[in-house]
Amino acid sequence: MAMPAGIAKPGAPAGPLMWRSAFSACSWREWLVVVVALALLLALVAPAFAVTADDLKPLASDDFADKATAVDTLMSAPDERVAAILAAMGSDQLFFTDETHFYIGDGTTYVDAITGAKAEPKADALKPVEINNRVRGKIDSAQSALALLSPDRGVRSKAIETLAGSPDPALAKLVDAAVAKETDPALKARLELVQAAFALKSDNPATRLAAIKALGRSENPQTRLLLLPFVQKNADGSFVEPDADTRAAAQTSLDAIDRSQKKGELLGALFSGVSLGSILLLVALGLAITYGLMGVINMAHGEFLMIGAYATYVVQGIFRSHFPGAENWYLVAAIPAAFLASAIIGAVLERTVIRFLYGRPLETLLATFGISLLLIQASRTIFGAQNVEVANPSWMSGGIEVLPNLILPWNRIYIIAFSAIVVALVWAILNLTRLGLFVRAVTQNRAMAGCVGVRTPRIDMLAFAIGAGIAGLGGVALSQISNVGPDMGQSYIIDSFMVVVLGGVGQLAGTIVGALGLGIVSKFLEPFSGAVLAKIIVLVFIILFIQRRPQGMFALKGRSAEA
Amino acid sequence: MKQTRRSFIQAAAGGALATALPSGQAFAQSKDPIKVGVLHSLSGTMAISETSLKDCALMTFDEINAKGGVMGRKLEPVVVDPASNWPLFAEKARQLLTQDKVDVVFGCWTSVSRKSVLPVFEELNGLLFYPVQYEGEEMSKNVFYTGAAPNQQAIPATEYLMSPEGGGAKRFYLLGTDYVYPRTTNKILRAFLKSKGVKETDIEEVYTPFGHSDYQTIVANIKKFSTGGKTCVISTINGDSNVPFYKELGNAGLKAKDVPVVAFSVGEEELRGIDTKPLVGHLAAWNYFMSLKNPQNAAFIKLWLDYVKAKGLQGGDKRVTNDPMEATYVGIHMWKQAVEKAKSTKVDDVRKAMYGQKFPAPDGFTIQMGDNHHLYKPVFIGEIRADGQFNVVWKTKGPIRAQPWSQYIDGNQGKPDHV
Repeated sequence: MAMPAGIAKPGAPAGPLMWRSAFSACSWREWLVVVVALALLLALVAPAFAVTADDLKPLASDDFADKATAVDTLMSAPDERVAAILAAMGSDQLFFTDETHFYIGDGTTYVDAITGAKAEPKADALKPVEINNRVRGKIDSAQSALALLSPDRGVRSKAIETLAGSPDPALAKLVDAAVAKETDPALKARLELVQAAFALKSDNPATRLAAIKALGRSENPQTRLLLLPFVQKNADGSFVEPDADTRAAAQTSLDAIDRSQKKGELLGALFSGVSLGSILLLVALGLAITYGLMGVINMAHGEFLMIGAYATYVVQGIFRSHFPGAENWYLVAAIPAAFLASAIIGAVLERTVIRFLYGRPLETLLATFGISLLLIQASRTIFGAQNVEVANPSWMSGGIEVLPNLILPWNRIYIIAFSAIVVALVWAILNLTRLGLFVRAVTQNRAMAGCVGVRTPRIDMLAFAIGAGIAGLGGVALSQISNVGPDMGQSYIIDSFMVVVLGGVGQLAGTIVGALGLGIVSKFLEPFSGAVLAKIIVLVFIILFIQRRPQGMFALKGRSAEA
Repeated sequence: MKQTRRSFIQAAAGGALATALPSGQAFAQSKDPIKVGVLHSLSGTMAISETSLKDCALMTFDEINAKGGVMGRKLEPVVVDPASNWPLFAEKARQLLTQDKVDVVFGCWTSVSRKSVLPVFEELNGLLFYPVQYEGEEMSKNVFYTGAAPNQQAIPATEYLMSPEGGGAKRFYLLGTDYVYPRTTNKILRAFLKSKGVKETDIEEVYTPFGHSDYQTIVANIKKFSTGGKTCVISTINGDSNVPFYKELGNAGLKAKDVPVVAFSVGEEELRGIDTKPLVGHLAAWNYFMSLKNPQNAAFIKLWLDYVKAKGLQGGDKRVTNDPMEATYVGIHMWKQAVEKAKSTKVDDVRKAMYGQKFPAPDGFTIQMGDNHHLYKPVFIGEIRADGQFNVVWKTKGPIRAQPWSQYIDGNQGKPDHV
């Protein structure tokens, strides 16, 4: 029933529609790419051959091993229908009614899997073709092998990456064909490594040895798994690989791969340190103003983070119900909303409670602690005690691959950038604006500032509101990586005070260095000591440091510094 | 004047007499409601998992009440919130048993909360139904365990991962929250893996605190660990830490076909609200999945969705059922049957009537309560689908008996397998 190879071109009448349904996850362009690739492929390897009902029969069974074999059978002669069937299988869109009738569909429209013609199977008779990890791996490799002939270099590169990790012997022929076609020298070199991976299974010892040596150049950490069997021992103590030369070559290659991984590991640890540091910075920056500059021991600081995170949640809800098209961009609108929500509540608190307590640290501590409990209970009453779900926009999901063993997640990259912007803004407000000048004047010498005409109560309120608002911005960032719930602020209050005290009270630069330093130190400690112990070591370090240098890393100098 | 005083004294004496009478005895035949306690965290780190169990328990009481109650008496739930605070669990349990005088309590999720209420139930001879899979090593006459013991969840899941079908794992990364359940489970798994010839260097054990949210280093370490041989991760992370863990896993591009993660405390409810597309293929082992196809399950799901709609619960038609909810549902029904068999709500009578009690459960089997206070349960292993549900990829032929005293822990040999 299948179309002869000659008709399997993009222009075939039934083409676009059915392809779109089969590749609903793919874009138009990717679709085009695969079809062109297939046309090329057909010219290279496949004689005119068609998918038959017999080939698909095992897919209806309950046995996953049968399904894996069926994928191999299909890939022995790939054509357009095979690609469509595999894609549908991988995305849970392949159904069957009985052993001979298979359909591809998205729940509303269906096409016959073998012919590609429109079909209208009975919806209640349809059973999905279920797959497990083993079959999913096979499909992944098969689709990558098909993508090797794509005209898009990026698609090819990604396909090679996948194949290098899990070379499936059934695909060797396709890879050989792709090597012959490949023009890009870098990709060709990597493809040859994939070929080498296939050659590891060869019966000829010389071929195997050459392949092992070649794989030492690989930078893909998955390659290690292919080489390991050559240096491992059997249960009785003898080596799996009898030939000592081969073993030595495998060990050399393994060492080479390990060396190439070192850079990625180091960069990875550094990145996670900076990422943790940027979060600590966002969390602590607001406190650097309220506590650092104004001297208010603000135990409710964590709750301003919580308010910011809930503001994000509310904005997300508004976008979902009112602007479903722009849902991806709710986070941008959440930034000013969270700032304002926290700042307004901060200003109200300053006016009603905190201004009566300036200069009385113990009372401030107790009062703000009470406020923090109040805010937690309020959010519990309004939003419920359960955590709420704040989704990552699609542009913040996934990551960018920098090295074969290093993927940097987008959400963390954005948060690092965001915290840099917030720090720059705070610095600008404090140092370049009139308000900032007043804030610094009031914190350095309240009486004198009042004498020269600064309205100190107003400045206090604004400064506290800005500090609270910045904590709200921290809440936006936290909502993207951690849970949003009424008591989320509690887990950050200690960290915030730690950063501000370590950096030096009253110093923006100190807060930045303190946050990044703590982040990086914890992340470099964690692999050796575990998460729990790393935290303890950091705390001990801070206690010792504060004993030696009570004023923190950066201290205010001169007469203006309060004793 | 005299008249009044006498009548007052009479009334007072009558009142005193009434309160002095043991409630179970005096009102056994009355139509007064039976008080039942619900002890689940509705706030704090465990609320993500436990809130739906409270809802499910209330739903089941409503269902039973609508059909005439238990022996003609309505069930009257008393709901308390121990707020993920372990000592508070003990206080609230005492309050339920002594002040509210409930006849039975359905509650707890984490083992640390169960351990904290256990002395209270034993001291006051109360009755607790515990609906969550746990580490075993316990068999109290005051508790019925309707979740799985290790041999009904952890061991079959690990065996599956070691089989060619499950990917033939050679190295094991045991990741858990730092408390008694993950530690004991991992102790059992370690002994089990050793008995299968897995080397000490191929097992890594890592713990994080409750509510941990930064999984960057751990995910990077898993990646590195996996370059030493086919690796799987066995996760006993509990509560809301699962959200950042799975988010990090997805973002770091760790695919299930390369490094599968099997979780023992992650079900449909925990996945609600996470983008599950990057998680497709990761596994969970349970004794029930919402995606099971059988008439009892269809009825159970309908009952739940109707209840959610009627009560206007958050989430609406996106709400799901999961294993501990099913265990709660089965537990309440078995208790009802036992009360009707014993014709009494007294703890000692109900306990005896519970043994051998059978119920057609939503897992598709008629399951039975053993004399070891644990349920016979079938085991299912499921892979996460893109829609947050599970595809069953492996299952036992039928329900298997629980072994609360694991043979993989020293000193358990020879312990009696019944209360």
